[in-house]
Amino acid sequence: MSKKPVEKKEPETTGHEWDGIQEFNNPLPRWWVWVFYLTIVWGIWYTIAYPAWPMIKGATAGYLGFSTRAEVADEIDRFKGMNSELEAQLASADLTALEQGSDLHNYAIQSGRATFATWCSQCHGSGAAGNVGYPNLLDNDWLWGGALEDIQTTVAHGIRSEDDDDTRYSEMPAFGDDYLSDEEIAQVVAYAMSLSPETKDAADMSLVADGAVVFADNCSSCHMEDGTGDRSQGAPNLTDAIWLFGDDKDTITSIVSEGPYGVMPAWSGKLTDSQINAVSAYVHQLGGGE
Amino acid sequence: MGILDKHVVLEKNATLLLVGSLLVVTVGGIVEIAPLFYLENTIEDVEGMRPYSPLELEGRNIYVREGCYVCHSQMIRPMRDEVERYGHYSLAAESQYDHPFQWGSKRTGPDLARVGGRYSDEWHVDHLADPQSVVPESVMPKYAFLLDKLIEPKYIQDVMKTNRIVGVPYTDEQIANAEADWLSQADPDGDNSDVDALQARYPKAQARNFDGKPGVSEMDALIAYMQMLGTLVDFSTFTPDASR
Repeated sequence: MSKKPVEKKEPETTGHEWDGIQEFNNPLPRWWVWVFYLTIVWGIWYTIAYPAWPMIKGATAGYLGFSTRAEVADEIDRFKGMNSELEAQLASADLTALEQGSDLHNYAIQSGRATFATWCSQCHGSGAAGNVGYPNLLDNDWLWGGALEDIQTTVAHGIRSEDDDDTRYSEMPAFGDDYLSDEEIAQVVAYAMSLSPETKDAADMSLVADGAVVFADNCSSCHMEDGTGDRSQGAPNLTDAIWLFGDDKDTITSIVSEGPYGVMPAWSGKLTDSQINAVSAYVHQLGGGE
Repeated sequence: MGILDKHVVLEKNATLLLVGSLLVVTVGGIVEIAPLFYLENTIEDVEGMRPYSPLELEGRNIYVREGCYVCHSQMIRPMRDEVERYGHYSLAAESQYDHPFQWGSKRTGPDLARVGGRYSDEWHVDHLADPQSVVPESVMPKYAFLLDKLIEPKYIQDVMKTNRIVGVPYTDEQIANAEADWLSQADPDGDNSDVDALQARYPKAQARNFDGKPGVSEMDALIAYMQMLGTLVDFSTFTPDASR
């Protein structure tokens, strides 16, 4: 009993007790307390540096002068600046003179691909293969022409677009409205089907001869006497295997009776000149360009 | 007992703690929310904004009813990638007549704040009736039934009056002519249609047979609404105020 027992310091308790259980009142860990104080300091700095406190007329602007709008404008300018030279060249470029493999050509195709994916793919498909009623851009069948300038005009001004006075326009009559009888429509449908290698076998040959007469009287001014169509009016070629709305008799009958009216928006107000040129060049090189 | 030990009092009195928490939260609320009601720059005055025309409002109600906002936001954030994809970032003023607003926070589908004029009416009909017919990779449900549901402007005045109660500045004239405007916009060639009067009351209102079918269906109203989304403000003449 010579040694004095080590004095053990009892931690302070909160002073209350339940069924013999007491609660310690230990101090919070030092690191935690300091982080807590630091967040308060940071909070004060933050409200000084950035727009924060509401005043009578507006909020404080903040020492750093931060603005979301200025930031996004800067960001857009920065990316524009990176390509500004190519963009300027592309906006005024003669697309037909673009040299294959040149920087400008590569840039046009790549940025055209991005533009197409954003603005065009919803109708023409992400691979440009089109959908029922929305033309396939990979083949060499063109309603309004497949040369670069034709594609460019179509993209810029659209087809039957209400927003553009220079839009491509034509309207196939709804022949079911008083123009032709049901019988005549059946005849001319049979004749049209006999023109295309895709539908020839399904055509009702007994009606074709009469249908040819109906066709010559009513359809040939746009679709031409031989049915090869007229691009200046957007009248499709009926002698190829491609049917925009479907190649069965019922579909073709309803097209003749009701008249199709496909609309493409005019993009000149929404896309820049260089974007229009880029997407035209992109579409042109997909496979069907002329 | 130093000042730092005073919290013991709060911790030992549940009611006092509740009152204290409420006070603290109230300060936060007042600082963050109250200024929005009096600060002039909360909503900037933007030229071109107008309340929805009756048919657009009807379409908007269908949009809300069908829960379009669950998958589509209407809020282009001020970030370069969003601006490049969807167009100019959304302004607060552009949803000032929305009750409730459709900003949303979930984008299973694309943002629709500026979908107006981006697609043809035919595309909207095809796409709403069967989205996969034009976008094979889409997971959107089909809404073909909208084509078959013919509607009448029976309650449109009530809807406009309700909107007026919550702050949309519909004039008495606009409410009185609600049914006529509704019909003119859906059927501009109709016997009693007066598109000029419609556009005088609602500038830039587009009037046509949106779904291409006889009669006014829910499809007509919904497409009328979609085709005007984001088209009212002319951004070629808009100069952003950097302080906002």
